[in-house]
Amino acid sequence: MPRSFTPKVITANALLKGDVVYLTNADTWTRNLSDAVLLTDEADADLRLLQATAQTDVVVGAYLVDMQSGPSGPEPLYFREAFRRKGPSNYAHGKQEQF
Amino acid sequence: MYSYTDFDKSFLASRNAQFRTQVERRIAGHLTEDEFKPLRLMNGVYLQLHAYMLRVAIPYGTLNSSQMKMLAHLADKYDKGYGHFTTRQNIQYNWPELRDIPDMLDDLGTVEMHATQTSGNTIRNVTADHFAGASADEIADPRPVAELIRQWSTDHPEFQFLPRKFKVAVTGSESDRAVTRAHDIGLRMVERDGVAGFEVIVGGGLGRTPMLGKVIADFLPREDLLPYLEAIVSVYNLLGRRDNKYKARIKITVHENGLEKIRDLVNERFVEIKARFSGIDQEVFKTIQAQFAPPSFKEGDTAIFEKSRASDPVFRAWSDTNLHAHRADGYDIVTVSIKKHGATPGDVTADQMRVLADIAARFGHDELRISHEQNVILPHVHKSDLPEVHCILKANGLGTANIGLISDIIACPGMDYCALATARSIPIAQQIATRFDELKLEHEVGDLKIKISGCINACGHHHVAHIGILGLDRAGVESYQITLGGDHTETAAIGERAGPGFSSDDIIPAIERLIAAYLALRKAQDETFIETYRRLGLTPFKAALYPESAEQSHAA
Repeated sequence: MPRSFTPKVITANALLKGDVVYLTNADTWTRNLSDAVLLTDEADADLRLLQATAQTDVVVGAYLVDMQSGPSGPEPLYFREAFRRKGPSNYAHGKQEQF
Repeated sequence: MYSYTDFDKSFLASRNAQFRTQVERRIAGHLTEDEFKPLRLMNGVYLQLHAYMLRVAIPYGTLNSSQMKMLAHLADKYDKGYGHFTTRQNIQYNWPELRDIPDMLDDLGTVEMHATQTSGNTIRNVTADHFAGASADEIADPRPVAELIRQWSTDHPEFQFLPRKFKVAVTGSESDRAVTRAHDIGLRMVERDGVAGFEVIVGGGLGRTPMLGKVIADFLPREDLLPYLEAIVSVYNLLGRRDNKYKARIKITVHENGLEKIRDLVNERFVEIKARFSGIDQEVFKTIQAQFAPPSFKEGDTAIFEKSRASDPVFRAWSDTNLHAHRADGYDIVTVSIKKHGATPGDVTADQMRVLADIAARFGHDELRISHEQNVILPHVHKSDLPEVHCILKANGLGTANIGLISDIIACPGMDYCALATARSIPIAQQIATRFDELKLEHEVGDLKIKISGCINACGHHHVAHIGILGLDRAGVESYQITLGGDHTETAAIGERAGPGFSSDDIIPAIERLIAAYLALRKAQDETFIETYRRLGLTPFKAALYPESAEQSHAA
């Protein structure tokens, strides 16, 4: 039996603005986690990460992060990604201004 | 204050122009991120959780009003209308876009400011006592020395690729307000038989392996300073470890090799280097020193100060906590609290920056300081002006009377901003300040230093806090560990870990139990928290923090 694989999303920071972006199914980048592609196959995730990392003129520091499937798309499993999705807790700045 | 020479101006302009082309090449795809990253870091540009961050140096924490106004301009034009003062006397902007940063650096250049060497494995912004040039207990003003070190270390060709970052702090006073024992090099200005010199401390640092610095030279003649510093850094440059980032700071080099060996190597190197300096450094020092001449202090009646104290309890409370003795008759040093209850420690809006600049220009001999405790200092204010200064501060959300009290908390940006953080710091600081304000207890509790770091790197100085809080990630949950008994002053000490961590819900009640225990345990109202802790040790405080385990051991 293959070992279990926690579903993942590819995330990075945008080169120009520096804000958090996620890879979509079309290999483009979205600022909204709900529109990100949830990768459930390890080999696919590794390949997509390589391709995402190669987009150096668009993003910086792409990595895979554990997520779970929720009613409106992928949801963070850990608090660090929850803050990246939302923005800081001391001001309503960052993504919480937009979404 | 130091004014740039034509050389300084053209150096900075060419450096900024160079960085502008580096940014353009990165955006055009001619530089990879791996190539660009060390270049941006050398110019103070980080990529954080939500955005880029620009760290601007405020050398030895000293600013004039036009510089403060420029910081406000940057906050308005390129950021979200505020800036964050840090524990290394710098200011950070949390939301700039990459394309704008070269313009920000050019704007800073117009007021003789820069972001050079605010990051990277170089000699960082030199910090100093924030009461420099003003405090009554000062032997000498450390800022000319700090400026000399800034000039020597900026773009120093030998020290651009050190094993790790390198931080220097200078104090000219017996009371150590610059945390010299927790720096790679700490300098204390001393006098021996009427001759001015330095006590040189090496190998201090916080982070994952906290260590207090050791005295490598108990009296270094003032004219030997630069060759001696160069000797220390060059010995470290060769000997410091490059195989492991966590063992690369000079504190580890000193610890692994022993102080005696380091001292011998430094002395050997010093002899080689000394002759090369040929006295030019002393000529430069003299011209720097002349620019730090004290302002012409005014004389005047201070009756209105006493009258306001008698008639206005709010002013009296503020003047009790936020003033410090000045060397000049009739003057006080004002610490403006950037710790309003419930606000983010160290955050100042652009409007507040302009208010502070105007006060400095009108009442403060055009000088401002940033403290490592994330407050703003007006170093020279005549007592007769204090009621009006207080009135303006109060009207602009800057009148909080809490310096040195439980709500005057140091907090790093933590996981609200920082890519390295393992937990949040800011909300913990906000909640502690709000809670003790509600309880109306902070004046009763008195002198207390709480410092919070959101990761083991300890930017929030938690190791040297009376009550230190370290935020960690424990299996995906924020967990806060308490250390007790640290001290950042001339009696420096590293705090002791109290026990297991607390969740974000449990940390505020834990601090409350700790304070209740202190109030019950202190011998008299004037015995401070740290004095009580030193008298009784960890045990009774640990029992207050962990009542269940205390009960269990009592039952057994």
